[in-house]
Amino acid sequence: MFSTLDFDVIRRSWGYLFYEGMTFTLTLTALSALGGLIFGTLIALMRLSGYRLLGRIAGLYVDFMRSLPLVLVIFWFYFLVPYIGQWLTGASRPIRVGAFSSSLITFIMFEAAYFSEIMRAGIQSISRGQPAAASALGLTYAQSMRYVVLPQAFRNMLPVLLTQTIVLFQDTSLVYVLSITDFLGAASKVAQRDGRLVEMYLFAALVYFVISCVASYGVRRLQARISIVR
Amino acid sequence: MIEISHVDKWYGPNFQALKDCTTSVAKGEVVVVCGPSGSGKSTLIKCVNALEPIQGGEIILDGIKVNDPKTNLPKLRSRVGMVFQHFELFPHLKIIDNLCLAQEKVLNRSHDKAVEKGKALLERVGLTVHANKYPAELSGGQQQRVAIARALAMDPIAMLFDEPTSALDPEMISEVLDVMVDLARDGMTMMVVTHEMGFARKVAHRVIFMDQGEIVEDANKDDFFGKPRSERAQKFLSKILSH
Repeated sequence: MFSTLDFDVIRRSWGYLFYEGMTFTLTLTALSALGGLIFGTLIALMRLSGYRLLGRIAGLYVDFMRSLPLVLVIFWFYFLVPYIGQWLTGASRPIRVGAFSSSLITFIMFEAAYFSEIMRAGIQSISRGQPAAASALGLTYAQSMRYVVLPQAFRNMLPVLLTQTIVLFQDTSLVYVLSITDFLGAASKVAQRDGRLVEMYLFAALVYFVISCVASYGVRRLQARISIVR
Repeated sequence: MIEISHVDKWYGPNFQALKDCTTSVAKGEVVVVCGPSGSGKSTLIKCVNALEPIQGGEIILDGIKVNDPKTNLPKLRSRVGMVFQHFELFPHLKIIDNLCLAQEKVLNRSHDKAVEKGKALLERVGLTVHANKYPAELSGGQQQRVAIARALAMDPIAMLFDEPTSALDPEMISEVLDVMVDLARDGMTMMVVTHEMGFARKVAHRVIFMDQGEIVEDANKDDFFGKPRSERAQKFLSKILSH
């Protein structure tokens, strides 16, 4: 069976697959994780704030995002954002957003819902004496969060945040619905062009598998180290 | 310095933690607050710098009303040092950075000045060699001395101690009490929640005895240890002094 397969196609399309495809995938993963973490931390702070309305809004947002399939959100967002932009700015035509920006915004919003739950657990894991001590020294609520609570919450949650980022790395492949050339998109295009579906999809699976496995192993090592130092 | 008048505090609608508490701490005075657990002594001291809100009465700190919504609480708190039962050092920061954080962020001191002040205070509590360690690397007694130094770094006008030795192993209690005794002899205004009656005898000017949210006895040290007027205080003293 393997005699009919031509794995040379991988060598021939190497540059396209990695310089174009993988670069896009990694950029999207990194920016989404960063944006999702910042936005997610804000949502977590809203949920934990004493203001019931803010907490309710943040809670609804998280529930809403977690109740929708990611691929649907990517799809809808791509088609909706130009019209929302038009409505917001009062322009005469739908705003051009571009596939990258659209998918980045989608991932940030989607991941924020997950990251916010992780950060919420992280903030709640800090004993109440810590913010009390910060307040007693004269730090404001914002300073106490910024310098005392969030650094500890972030450190405690780092392994979980990184694991979620590995999931995100795999999920970015869903941008194929927008015909974007991420790593899977590039592999798929080569596969279609050269008629090498089996080879390319096998190879793509292998690459995702290896990267995710190595990253997971790294996270486990890191987890072991943090738990000792602490 | 600290005026507490007719303070009521409720936890939820059914539990009153403080009932009509009135007392005061004058400048340079050392006041020890004692009483059985659950008597409200920790709650009272936390109300002084508004870590706990009060529902009735008023607390005035150096002429500023603590329970006034218009009061700038962070600024007021930065002028009163507080030491906690469980130390509450910031575990992600080195000892010296624990001492510098609030100096820099609240008092806007330069980093160099903050470090200088921090090192001087570490020397005072005998921990200079540990400046670059993390809190988890220190013993409980050492951590509590760092916590005292951290509070002193803000040049406080008064110090509040909330059971500073209750979480310590017995052999570490004296090293913390020694620092507190020095502080008291230097004329620091102190309000100390503690069961350490030896400390009270040594440096306290007054002793407040609380039970079930009420101030039962508020007397000079000698009167308190000599002949407490209330039966409850007598009972309490006989229990903790009999060992």
